[in-house]
Amino acid sequence: MSAANTLHARRARAAWWLLAPMLAALALAAGWPLARTVWLSLTDASLADPAGHAYIGFANYLERDAGQWYGVLADPQWWRAVRNTLWFVLASVGLETVLGVAIALALNVPFRGRGLVRAAVLVPWAIPTVVSAKLWAWMLNDEFGVLNRAALELGLISAPLAWTADPRLALFAVVAVDVWKTTPFMVLLVLAALQLLPRDCYEAARVDGVHPVKMFFRVTLPLIWPALAVAIAFRALDALRVFDLIYVLTANSTSTMSISVYARQQLIDFQDLGYGSAASTLVFLTVGLAAIVYLRLARLRPGALQ
Amino acid sequence: MSVARRLRRLTLRALFALLLAAILAFSLFPLYYACVTSVTPPGELFRAALVPPGWTLEHYRAVVTGPFAYSILNSALVAAAVVAVSVGLALGAGYALARIRFRGRGGVLFAILSVSMFPQIAVLAGMFQLVRSFGLFDSLGALVFSYLTLTLPFAAWVLATFARAIPRELEEAAALDGAGPLRIIGRIFVPLLQPALIATGLLVFVAAWNEFLFALTFTLSDESRTVPVAIALLSGASAYELPWGAITAAAVVVTLPIVSLALIFQRHIVSGLLAGAIKG
Repeated sequence: MSAANTLHARRARAAWWLLAPMLAALALAAGWPLARTVWLSLTDASLADPAGHAYIGFANYLERDAGQWYGVLADPQWWRAVRNTLWFVLASVGLETVLGVAIALALNVPFRGRGLVRAAVLVPWAIPTVVSAKLWAWMLNDEFGVLNRAALELGLISAPLAWTADPRLALFAVVAVDVWKTTPFMVLLVLAALQLLPRDCYEAARVDGVHPVKMFFRVTLPLIWPALAVAIAFRALDALRVFDLIYVLTANSTSTMSISVYARQQLIDFQDLGYGSAASTLVFLTVGLAAIVYLRLARLRPGALQ
Repeated sequence: MSVARRLRRLTLRALFALLLAAILAFSLFPLYYACVTSVTPPGELFRAALVPPGWTLEHYRAVVTGPFAYSILNSALVAAAVVAVSVGLALGAGYALARIRFRGRGGVLFAILSVSMFPQIAVLAGMFQLVRSFGLFDSLGALVFSYLTLTLPFAAWVLATFARAIPRELEEAAALDGAGPLRIIGRIFVPLLQPALIATGLLVFVAAWNEFLFALTFTLSDESRTVPVAIALLSGASAYELPWGAITAAAVVVTLPIVSLALIFQRHIVSGLLAGAIKG
């Protein structure tokens, strides 16, 4: 018994030795920068002179001075970015889910060449986000874009639309490109869930003449829901942090700015390290809160992760 | 009766084929159109033609001979280094998390999951200072270091998930022979985990190849720029005349290797993505 105990202790010690390099790298490359960002958000640091900064409490977040509110939380531009981001998350994840399930259902039907179609569906996922943003910017170009040309020739529009420059259209363009780029992820996860479904209950339903649509909502959807919920949560957490796509497709336009784009503009373009860090910390808290809400809803505790 | 049924079946088949065609067009048209634009002579670009009205390699020549060639090399170097470091560090960690029972294991798993949810912007300010104090600003080292935030948690998580599926008997036999954890990893896990290592390595490679925010912020010069930043910053004589021929040629050059990798290793990639998501 004591031999088993020492063996157990030795293995536990070995585990920590094996983990140590990765944990050290994570602490240095993730833990420390995060802590530093939170600290900087409480100072008046500037990017030009990061050494000379002083603690100023929560003034970067919200402060009342001479009857005026200041700080990120008093900036209408920040709230605009919050609205843009939430709109983006709801619209793009919603559309991706519907399209992803539809395409996965189609690809779950056996037909000749299915492997090829599945491979083709994966293509948008493999294209770098910056590249997809550029390709779509070209297709949506107001003068020479192929999509404007096609819509004009089909008589859908009477004059070319400035998809990425018109503030009323730009967010739609951003959502469209994101849907194109990330639907494959949804398709893959849903397809994997569909392939685990028991075949016999479908046979029984077919014999009984149950309508396929009814079958989908009564049987298929409830059975794939756990996997679908995980996929939706992953995509939503990812969409909350969106940066590349919006930055490349619409530059620093205020009409599409997400919270991450707002924070980087303050940090780097305006060189305001303290204020920008406050905005970054708020992005972190938003994503963290969303993750906690999801974990609660899914009743996933760290112990249940294995 | 039988004719009506056959007709119905035929219509259904036609509709399904139409649906598949729509799915294919939706997935492939942007890349196809980029290929068309990239070989279209500059004077013909305004026609928005669906098949190339002319044929030229001029845009490709401009891309390959310009500073963009550096960017491709940089991206390849950074991505390869990130794969080596991430998989190297995550292998031991994944083994420990999958196979050894020890106190604090749940905590470590939770920490890994938390870091994988960090928004990049939340570490940007602190990382900027860290990179500057290491003297790494505007160098490839800054990118290799900062990308670990993104790739390490993912690699450790996926490898731990795969390692759990390996039968215990092999390992127990080796342990009885007196092999320590390092020997067990090298002799048993690495060979058996080969598909998992390929999947993890590929996904880490793609993540590093595509990364934009850190690369945009931590590099300045053409010599240390990576592909996504170079493409985002490609511009013409003025902001109003973007060189679409060159942009699409560059897009095709950087996309084809990744797309072919994805198609060749499709099974590995899908299993890696599933291990990263479903088991979470």
